[in-house]
Amino acid sequence: MATMTPMAGRKRHTATRIWLWVGLTAGALFAGGPALWMLTSSFKPNTEIFAYPPTFIPETFTFAAYAEILTDPEKVRFFLNSYLVAGAVVLLTIVAGIMAGYALSRFDFPFKKSLNAVIISIQAVPPITLLIPYFGLVVWLKLYDSLWALVLTYVVATIPYAILMMTGYFNTIPKELDEAVKIDGGGTFRALWRVLVPIAKPGIVSVGAYTFMVAWNEYLFALTLTQSKSNRTVPVGIQLLMGEHSFQWSEMMAMSVLGCLPVLILFLFFQRQFVSGMTAGAVKA
Amino acid sequence: MAPTLVVMAVMMATPVVMVFVYSVLSNVVMEANSEFVGPANFGTLIADPVFRKAIGNTLIFTTVSVTLHLLLGLGFAMMLNSGLVPRLATAVFRVIFILPWVFTASIVVIVWQLLLNPSGVVNYLLTTLNVVDQRVEWFSNPDLALLTVIFINVWAGYPFLMISLLAGLQGIPADLYEAAQVDGAGPWSRFFNVTLPQLKPIIVAMLMLDFIWNMQQFPIVWLATGGGPLNATETIATYTYKLAFSRHEFSMAAASGVILFIVSMAVALVYVRHQKARD
Repeated sequence: MATMTPMAGRKRHTATRIWLWVGLTAGALFAGGPALWMLTSSFKPNTEIFAYPPTFIPETFTFAAYAEILTDPEKVRFFLNSYLVAGAVVLLTIVAGIMAGYALSRFDFPFKKSLNAVIISIQAVPPITLLIPYFGLVVWLKLYDSLWALVLTYVVATIPYAILMMTGYFNTIPKELDEAVKIDGGGTFRALWRVLVPIAKPGIVSVGAYTFMVAWNEYLFALTLTQSKSNRTVPVGIQLLMGEHSFQWSEMMAMSVLGCLPVLILFLFFQRQFVSGMTAGAVKA
Repeated sequence: MAPTLVVMAVMMATPVVMVFVYSVLSNVVMEANSEFVGPANFGTLIADPVFRKAIGNTLIFTTVSVTLHLLLGLGFAMMLNSGLVPRLATAVFRVIFILPWVFTASIVVIVWQLLLNPSGVVNYLLTTLNVVDQRVEWFSNPDLALLTVIFINVWAGYPFLMISLLAGLQGIPADLYEAAQVDGAGPWSRFFNVTLPQLKPIIVAMLMLDFIWNMQQFPIVWLATGGGPLNATETIATYTYKLAFSRHEFSMAAASGVILFIVSMAVALVYVRHQKARD
């Protein structure tokens, strides 16, 4: 292309640009279309869901489906459960991640070098394989059909990743900082909570946001380790709705919108941390 | 602090040991005195045609999903990284492209069930544009069900590769492209001689991780079809789940879980080696 005249080069650029916009728009339709359809459907009355031809903008705009969900204590309970479980998991994961991450970053341990390999191997264990012994353990601990069963099993998946992230973060903070606190008469804990934790805030936020998403979205364990309706979380609850009234599509869409809202808001606010959380540990639930 | 690590190791290692022990006993959990039966459970599994079908489906599901994740992820990442679209627009498209990844599997499946419903909008568009003569039963037609489930899984999973590849693309030094341009390399030549070789380590790593996760994928398949119709979408994960929690054959389920575990660990080992070689 070195021999191309500037004029031809510009034309070529314009053509590329047009194709790029076409590609990007098509991609956006593919990626965002279903979400948009979910949103508009949640404002339609049930009679309009399968209207022929389909209505892209609701003809009758109604909040009825949302009202139905938010006034039904059984369904509100799904949300409450999800918030409780995700909140507890985030809290435990962050505390454990900070403590272990600090220890690994500042002190020597046997097998320290193989930590990465161990954590990656943990991420590779199939959840379905773990579920079988976990089911036995949870029954044995008398935690079957309780939210604790979920908290306990989720942290096993989220803590290793948090440790990896936090160790990486603490490694970037010079050791001289904790030495300075100790010289001033502070202990190890003081150095950790007063100095290191505030500096490592971005890392903590990304661990927290990522952990929340994993806990909020988990399905397999929530399906198997709980049983009564009052202990179900949102992902399982939505499917229960599907089984019971398979024609209430607007309600199911309203519940889906409410169900993805917390993670979506977190994602929009902490985009950068989310994305770094997603790639750094190379983990996915 | 050290205790945290020990507790974690125990919490992780105990169930793995347990599942291996289960797999060589006669029906545990359900029987009070289960006996050692050696590899008998594995033999029964392999003799079951449904299990063999599940292995085949898992391989198809995984390879097609991973390939399409890579192609879509790379295509989207390159469009976002072109530098020819205003920054704000790029940022907006990036958010939209990541969107499928933040939805939980049960929402993903329920939304696609609405879209792909026989009277849904996809069938409306396909029949109106004369692509098909009659409405397609995406989920209940045994010839289509696996493709439908793969499609949903591709939609839900490509953003992970896209993000990693985008980070990789941004890390390619601009002077490599400039040098190629001076040498007279066109866009295709630049793609094959600069972009792909530079991305190769990331691509290889992501393919392995994606392979492991997709091989284990449970919720999307389970919620979309439950492994049906006629085992058309049965995978090792759904088969294992049914063995344990519908048929209460916990030892058989453990054996099936052990097979999935061993394959996953084998790929993970290659991944760890690959990562070490990179450092």
